[in-house]
Amino acid sequence: MKQIIELNVNGESYTVAVNPWQTLNEVLREEINLTGVKLGCGSGDCGACTVMVDGRAVSSCLSLAVEMVGKEIMTVEGMAPSGEELHPIQESFVKKGAIQCGFCTPGMELTALNLLNNNPSPTYNEIREALAGNLCRCTGYKKIIEAVGAAGQKMKEASERKTS
Amino acid sequence: MKKDFSIVGKSVPRNDGKAKATGTATYTDDIKLPGMLHGKILRSPFPHARILNIDTSRAASLPGVKCVITGEDTPKIKYGNWRLFPDTQDEYPLAIDKVRFIGDEVAAVAAVDADTAEEALELIKVDYEELPGIFDIDSAIKEGAPVLHDYCPGNISVNRKIHYGDIEKAFAESDYVREDVFNVHAVSPAYLEPCAAVAQCDLDGRITLWTSTQVPYIVQCLLASTMGMRENDVRVIKPFVGGGFGGKMELRTWEFCAAFIAKKTGRPVKFTMTREEEFLAGRRRHAMKLYSKVGFKKDGTLTGKDLRIYLDGGGYNAMGPTATFLCGTFGAMLYRYPNYRFWGQHVYTNKPPASAMRGFGAPQSLFATESQMNIAAEELGIDPIELRIKNAQVTGDEIPDVATISSCGFIEALQKAAEMSGWKEKRYSPKPGQGIGIGCYSFISGGVFNWFNTQFPFSAAEVRVFDDGTAHLLTMAADIGQGCDTVLKQILAEELGLKMEDIRITSADTSTTPQADLGAWGSRLTMMNGNAVLDAAKKIKAQLFGAVSARQNLNVIHELGCKDGMVFPKSRPDRGIPFGEAVAMAQKANRGEPLVERGYYTPRDKGLVTPAFSFGAQISEVEVDKDTGVVRVKKFWTAHDCGTVINQMAVEGQLEGSIQMGLGYALSEQFVMEDGKTLNTNFLDYKMPNAMDVPPSEVAHIETYEPEGPMGAKEAGEGLAIPTAPAIADAVHHATGYRCKDLPITPEKILAGKKD
Repeated sequence: MKQIIELNVNGESYTVAVNPWQTLNEVLREEINLTGVKLGCGSGDCGACTVMVDGRAVSSCLSLAVEMVGKEIMTVEGMAPSGEELHPIQESFVKKGAIQCGFCTPGMELTALNLLNNNPSPTYNEIREALAGNLCRCTGYKKIIEAVGAAGQKMKEASERKTS
Repeated sequence: MKKDFSIVGKSVPRNDGKAKATGTATYTDDIKLPGMLHGKILRSPFPHARILNIDTSRAASLPGVKCVITGEDTPKIKYGNWRLFPDTQDEYPLAIDKVRFIGDEVAAVAAVDADTAEEALELIKVDYEELPGIFDIDSAIKEGAPVLHDYCPGNISVNRKIHYGDIEKAFAESDYVREDVFNVHAVSPAYLEPCAAVAQCDLDGRITLWTSTQVPYIVQCLLASTMGMRENDVRVIKPFVGGGFGGKMELRTWEFCAAFIAKKTGRPVKFTMTREEEFLAGRRRHAMKLYSKVGFKKDGTLTGKDLRIYLDGGGYNAMGPTATFLCGTFGAMLYRYPNYRFWGQHVYTNKPPASAMRGFGAPQSLFATESQMNIAAEELGIDPIELRIKNAQVTGDEIPDVATISSCGFIEALQKAAEMSGWKEKRYSPKPGQGIGIGCYSFISGGVFNWFNTQFPFSAAEVRVFDDGTAHLLTMAADIGQGCDTVLKQILAEELGLKMEDIRITSADTSTTPQADLGAWGSRLTMMNGNAVLDAAKKIKAQLFGAVSARQNLNVIHELGCKDGMVFPKSRPDRGIPFGEAVAMAQKANRGEPLVERGYYTPRDKGLVTPAFSFGAQISEVEVDKDTGVVRVKKFWTAHDCGTVINQMAVEGQLEGSIQMGLGYALSEQFVMEDGKTLNTNFLDYKMPNAMDVPPSEVAHIETYEPEGPMGAKEAGEGLAIPTAPAIADAVHHATGYRCKDLPITPEKILAGKKD
């Protein structure tokens, strides 16, 4: 029996009919057409499906859609403030060569956002640790780690500018 | 030879970076078409069995199921990439009569949603008669072993021999002869994007297939032949692809099933593999058994090599024939072997088919070469780097029947790697529990062989230029993440004197991009498509130069150039005409005909293997825990020669990525198998290195100029998957005394084999 639920995704409200066993990943991709959310393994091992739920990075393939009612969900599509501009993390990923095939990228970026929200100036090792749940087969992680570091720097400077 | 480049050689960000960073890049599984059905595949639970009967009636009557097919419903046409040798084409899209590995595809279902299709699989009843299975090379080649394919009674499907010089005489005259047996294991390409395909059939019965592939043209041809259709009635489009590494370079069952069911039902069909399917039944790098014998003179001069390799092919040939061939080629690379004998045999076993994977035979073959060089160096009392330099191939060397090496920075790479790493001190004054080791590689820049038997050039490019000063590049080259769209744009921008943003690219659509291209494998694209792009650009320039020359009434002896958006006589750069205006002039001269040119490249008279070889050396430093045997790699130093670097950042990315893959191959990745069944079918149990596992690394590009390559470029990135395992194995030996000849290097093996 499908249930009608309301999901808040990237600041918009969506009413969807879902089966109780459907994952957040499936509903985001199939019902709401947010295909920037990837599915790499379906068992929470690779991190490609990472989204933010109430400000925390979670594996959307392990989360049930029905449990997401009343929560704020953010996908890669919601990272940048406008369609034209890139979020500093996205910009840094592009500029630093942190993207190759791009399939892990949305999950990596959201994991990075999660890290930088909690720790605005992470060390190289702290970034490595934070990204350890997101697998990448192309880059060897080096440029991703560097991109996250550079983005953190930029975000910090921007927030300092705002407060001063 | 080196030119002053404006765009080539720079760290130009990827063409598709923004699309990928924002999640707007569309991969195959992201495609949704009206009325689309979802497909699932029923796989064999047995490693070897005869199919007695398949009853699909219950599945077909499940509400929501629109189509169920088995091999009996299909035209029963075998396929394989070696079209020139039809005997090697041993696979049907769906099993006919027999299954040969756990996961072999038996039937397919398409339903209104994936859950229904999955449920229907359970309702298909297959009666099997189990047959004895064979799971290793030795059992497969034994007299009286069960036979997988009737046409191949000894289970050896491919034989490849190379012989030059007199190997027996060479050994007889050697001062030192070394013989070893190496075993290397299978690993998964483990691309992050599981394979997927979406097919649509139009009212005239023509197929459009969107698929996660490295080889759109090969899929087009083989899909057409297995469907009994004409090639031109099949259109293959490669959307964004989430990595391939060799695992996506053949026609695959789901591509056929999507097309076949789309044609049958008139509705679009999508198949997407799960990660479990990828690990259970997906293509993998060949496990091999390698017998290698090398001879030396006292002073370290190599006298010859005798290499015997068995490839564990699994149930079907897949890309095994090419791997068998290439193992022999790579066995003769890096060093000067005046005498060389190779015999490679591809063996069927009841396991998932092995196929191409980054390095394509070289990681295995050169693991033996490099390990043996290190063993020999120790026993001859010569430094391993000195021994390599003494025997290293150099520019101009000929490898009989293979090629002439037209550029080679191997010795410089060895010297540079030694210098960067502090080799002498670390090797000869080691700290307890630490070690340093070396491994090297050479790789091809695309194959010159045409076993696919294409009637087209090996690569093609179409360049259209417009009077607004822009250009449109069309190519069938498949960007699967490695970045060829960006690299090809850079080459075109450089040649036409345009900016990156002036160029639009359309790639990998068999109905619109120019025929043909054999795909993204064997490190082909920079060399082959780069040359095709250059060829087209030069033809465009000839037209522009003619028009500008006429307009300016230039003496015919003047040469013209394109730079910074201008077309100008080189002797009078101030008399330049904007690119767009020059295009308009050329078009006027041709009475309005659009300015479009095609360029091609097919390597001819380039021997039997490749037009150009890359070279490099890698040194790794490790620390081994004496109680647990756990290896921690502290650092890598790599010096490599890829000719002209077209995109600095992309080459670094390739190198860093190859270290991740090489590290996994050496230490942590392996398939745990039991009677043909893969037990570790998820990323938790298949241990691919994560961000914490990959150590820091330093890299040096050795500058050479490859005369055959576009702007001096050649292979980068695939060959780099080779040196990591032998370098770590050597470092572990240096640290512990344990010499690994049996990958992967596990703590258990180290503890059992270490010398205190």
